[in-house]
Amino acid sequence: MSVLDVQNLSVKIGAKRLLDGVSFSVAQGETVAVIGPNGAGKSTLLRALSGEIAPSDGAVLLGGRAPQAWQPRELALRRAVLSQHVAVTFPFTVLEIVRMGAGDRRGKSIDAMAEAALAAVDLAGFHSRIIGTLSGGEQQRVHFARVMVQLACGEEAHGPGILLLDEPTASLDLRHQLDLVAVAQQCAARGTTVIAIVHDLNLAALMAERVIVLANGRLAADGPPAVTINDATLSDVFGVSSAVGLTPQAGAPFVLPHRAERLRA
Amino acid sequence: MTDVAVSGSIAEAAGSRLRGLLKGPLLFPILLGALLIVVIAATSVGGAGIPLARIPAALGLADPVAMTERDRLVLLSVRLPRIAIAIIIGALLAASGAIMQGLFRNPLADPALVGVSSGGALAAATTIVIGDRMTGHTTPLPFAVLPIAAFGGSLITTAILQRLASRGRTTSIAIFLLAGLAIAALAGAGIGLLVFIADDRALRDITFWMLGSLGGATWEKVSLIAPFLLAMFAAVPFLGRGLDLLVLGESEAFHMGIAVERLKRICIVLIAAMTGAAVAFAGVVGFVGIVVPHLLRLVIGPGHRKLLPASAILGAILLLGADTAARTIAAPAEVPIGVLTALVGAPFFLVLLLRQRGLAGL
Repeated sequence: MSVLDVQNLSVKIGAKRLLDGVSFSVAQGETVAVIGPNGAGKSTLLRALSGEIAPSDGAVLLGGRAPQAWQPRELALRRAVLSQHVAVTFPFTVLEIVRMGAGDRRGKSIDAMAEAALAAVDLAGFHSRIIGTLSGGEQQRVHFARVMVQLACGEEAHGPGILLLDEPTASLDLRHQLDLVAVAQQCAARGTTVIAIVHDLNLAALMAERVIVLANGRLAADGPPAVTINDATLSDVFGVSSAVGLTPQAGAPFVLPHRAERLRA
Repeated sequence: MTDVAVSGSIAEAAGSRLRGLLKGPLLFPILLGALLIVVIAATSVGGAGIPLARIPAALGLADPVAMTERDRLVLLSVRLPRIAIAIIIGALLAASGAIMQGLFRNPLADPALVGVSSGGALAAATTIVIGDRMTGHTTPLPFAVLPIAAFGGSLITTAILQRLASRGRTTSIAIFLLAGLAIAALAGAGIGLLVFIADDRALRDITFWMLGSLGGATWEKVSLIAPFLLAMFAAVPFLGRGLDLLVLGESEAFHMGIAVERLKRICIVLIAAMTGAAVAFAGVVGFVGIVVPHLLRLVIGPGHRKLLPASAILGAILLLGADTAARTIAAPAEVPIGVLTALVGAPFFLVLLLRQRGLAGL
């Protein structure tokens, strides 16, 4: 059953068309990676899916309704978003930030959720640290834990929801990148739908069972990693010539780029 | 370990213990207790001193003693309304500062910064000068005219800012802040022009207004201004969570279930109304809105559910303390309260900033 339908979605800002006639559906529990070069419309797509911006044409349907038709509070119980950069100006502690994921709810069950989320991102014992004193990668993990708490609360209220991730691994070291992928996959195994913008194609192939490729605001390819991540896509969309192989164990494609080439028109 | 280090670590332990108590359930009892102490002191001291022992009789709580009638008159018609108005205005200034800092995600934001106070002061100054010309320097303006002008000035300034910063249904906080700086400068220039063309009497009135004063408080004024404080307290549960999440950014707040545009509109209306009300009855009183929330964040943390009501109470304590000092240190003359709050507040704020610089990476 599809939990998210994108129908002929176009987003224009001024005269500039950032997304142009994008259509796809995502089923519950699917993990989808969105890849594409800079300026392809990935972040715009994520903002449209989250309800932050309204389509200029076409529609986004989340649980059968446009995100704008939900009350923000109800929407927050059905989808959670991890942005790329979150700057916190005031000296909140790690635990206070993670608890924010639970909205107005307080109590032992929320504390337990926050503990579990912090442990999942390898930050157990960081509760009372002021978030501004942590490294960029650690701060990103704190926000991931907050989003996990939001998802868990939504799951209690309405069952598994949708997790939208905007380059979640950008500031993480290799080990924590893999940790994050594992946590996202565990969420998916419990029924959460995961849609992530990923720049690292190898990570996209490892994480997702489906890859959507965007180029110039249009859908360039959509399918399993083994189909979408290939020499032709990398050359046409990214302007990179590369060797694509298969990992021995998982059989997922891996990319070894070796030269930038002129993009075909 | 040296003695100095030992005593230092003991002081540190005592400090963190005190902070723990203040963060916990004792915060509001301690603040309210402190407010009560300042109220009692403010009741007793002043141009016409009333020893503490005579206060119960003056309030009708004990049998009359000598001077009871005079004490009663001073207390009920002069001192208590002034105490009440100092409490309310201190609370409004500090809480509106805290709301604005949360809204702008900037610990240095203050209604005075974006011209909301200056807009009110400009309207008041204009009324003084025009009123003076119209009445031919003879009759004073009716009681309500000046506060209404100041309140209207603050609201109009905020409405202009809101208009400038809004496109469609969204409000840009960055444009609001920057346009606010320009409007504050413009209002400052307008006041300067009025000062230039004003005659001596009007000039004295404008100066009095610009420097701030709580003189002339009456129960009528108290009843006019109290609803603004009640509105702020009523909004705390909604504002508290919203402003906490807004700290993460507007997108994040929306992702986590906050109706961001509605929250921003409510905050802006509240800030305009609270600041307008404060300027209307006290003139321009600076630094309470910046220093109080900053000080509290150091002790109880930045969560707005506690910060907003705690700022209101601490603001009340500080302004009442400052006003009591303002009317006693040079008695029978009064030091303008805005001068006093700036004299104490500005250096204090600098010290806080310098101490925090290392921690906050400023």
